[in-house]
Amino acid sequence: MYTFSNKLKTFSIALIILGLLGVGYGFMTSHKSFEEVETILADEHHGEEVAHADDTHAITAEAKADQHKKHVEHVQHQIANRPWAAIYVAAFFFMMIALGVLAFYAVQRASQAGWSPVLFRVMEGISTYLLPGGLIVLIIAGASHFIGHNNIFVWMDPEVVAHDKLIQGKAGWLNVWGFLIRGIIYLGGWVLYSHFVRKFSIAQDTAEDNRNFKKAFRISAAFLVFFLYTESMMSWDWIMSVDPHWFSTLFGWYVLAGMLVSGITVIAFITLYLKSRGYLEHVNDSHLHDLAKFMFGFSIFWAYLWFSQFMLIWYANIPEEVTYFVARVNDYKLPFFGMVVLNLVFPFLMLMNSDYKRLPWFVVMTGVIILVGHYVDVYTMIMPATVGDRWSIGIPEISSVLLFAGLFIFIVFNALTKAPLLPKRNPFIKESENFHY
Amino acid sequence: METSKVIHAIYTDDDVLMNAVKSVRAEKHHIEEIYTPFPVHGLDKAMGLAPTRLAITAFLYGAVGLAVSIFMMKYIMIEDWPQNIGGKPSFSFIENMPAFVPIMFELTVFFAAHLMVITFYLRSRLWPFKDAENPDPRTTDDHFLMEIAVHNNEEALTKLLKETGAVEVNIIEKEDEH
Repeated sequence: MYTFSNKLKTFSIALIILGLLGVGYGFMTSHKSFEEVETILADEHHGEEVAHADDTHAITAEAKADQHKKHVEHVQHQIANRPWAAIYVAAFFFMMIALGVLAFYAVQRASQAGWSPVLFRVMEGISTYLLPGGLIVLIIAGASHFIGHNNIFVWMDPEVVAHDKLIQGKAGWLNVWGFLIRGIIYLGGWVLYSHFVRKFSIAQDTAEDNRNFKKAFRISAAFLVFFLYTESMMSWDWIMSVDPHWFSTLFGWYVLAGMLVSGITVIAFITLYLKSRGYLEHVNDSHLHDLAKFMFGFSIFWAYLWFSQFMLIWYANIPEEVTYFVARVNDYKLPFFGMVVLNLVFPFLMLMNSDYKRLPWFVVMTGVIILVGHYVDVYTMIMPATVGDRWSIGIPEISSVLLFAGLFIFIVFNALTKAPLLPKRNPFIKESENFHY
Repeated sequence: METSKVIHAIYTDDDVLMNAVKSVRAEKHHIEEIYTPFPVHGLDKAMGLAPTRLAITAFLYGAVGLAVSIFMMKYIMIEDWPQNIGGKPSFSFIENMPAFVPIMFELTVFFAAHLMVITFYLRSRLWPFKDAENPDPRTTDDHFLMEIAVHNNEEALTKLLKETGAVEVNIIEKEDEH
């Protein structure tokens, strides 16, 4: 049995408090009045404004004032969106780790993998974050409509929809109640699976026969079917709909690839942490080697999908699709291309060597880069639609990450104390304990 | 022509063979070669063979392939005749790079795979009209053969090999090719 060390518990609570303070600060400072935004803009674009005035001298003063008002209101809105988007990105990122782990776990169950049963309890522990984490994502999305000013999803704003033919056409899918009900269905399905599979897994420890194992196998196979549909729809709802004018068919798999690679990285992290504390005696460097191989493989898979999506749209250059990447390449050049280096080039070169994949410090170092890269990935999916070119990584973003990191650590390690870390009567446990590559 | 003697121990089971390899190595005899009908897992480790460096060559060949594809397309599409083809920007390599990536990828894989296979053939001396080298045709079917050089210790070696479970121990006069 694992005991949650007091040090780690304090650390996670400290993260939560620090994060909450920062998030609070972000919300407090994001409400700027019209005049305040005006002065900010005047300070920023002093030189630009003068040059601008020269070539628009034909426009009447009235039209100019109107344009100016629109511009200021636009920026005011972007500034107000920032803490919402920051907390949404972080909430989604940690939810996505738990969901990726759950999907990976279901694959291990359904494929009857012989190497991974010693890691099952770690995966089950991480998946328990899915219920609170997923609910938080939904709550933030709902709150942005009911409490905020539709700061994340523009299609939630009836004012916007009234003047937008395209969104009107999609209103059958993109409406607030539909969004929330669908979200609850996705989340309900995933959480039910994660609850029951863990129940069967723990029941198998003391069982006389393999009935529980077979049940876990069956629901895992069924869950994978459900998951692939709902994950795709979830990515349309929770991510793609921030740009309601844009659509991409491979978007669901793209989000899935990022999810799996960050999930597997976190499995490796927690496994290494527990191993270093003397739990998980049966985990050897071959298990680590396998996890690192999955990190390597899914990093390449992610990059394949990133590039496939980018290149197809870049090549055809159809205006209605390409604006998505124009916004990102113009305003988010460093994160947009930087994440390809973090998520592909770095893990590709670091994890190619078979010997390096067995070194804990090497896997941890590469894993940190992968996790940062996939945070940036979610960031560049959400931010351009909410804050546009007024992005930066400051207090709202960092403290949101701290808040959810603390919550994640607290929930996951708390769940790890609830069951023995080594499954006992799993039919593959012997093979897994002696796994050697 | 000089002749040398080798001893051929024949086994019918790979587990027995593995144990035999361990005891022969423990006695500090040098194993010249082992012939097996299929890959025996862990045999290379038991024999103390150095790990292969084929993967390293493949990485380097892949890098060569990537360089070739970049050089080729930069020269052809950007420098030699930068035409406007369907509005694609051919002003610099980086501007048009997404269109080149499929070729860069394929050539990297092509070079890495083919040159590594050729390296494998060269290093293991395999080619179409090569004379087969197996000393006993049964080693391609269901027998395992261990070959050990004899240095006036025939009897001790024979005894040791018999003990390890060899079903046949033969002493062969081998004509040296040089």
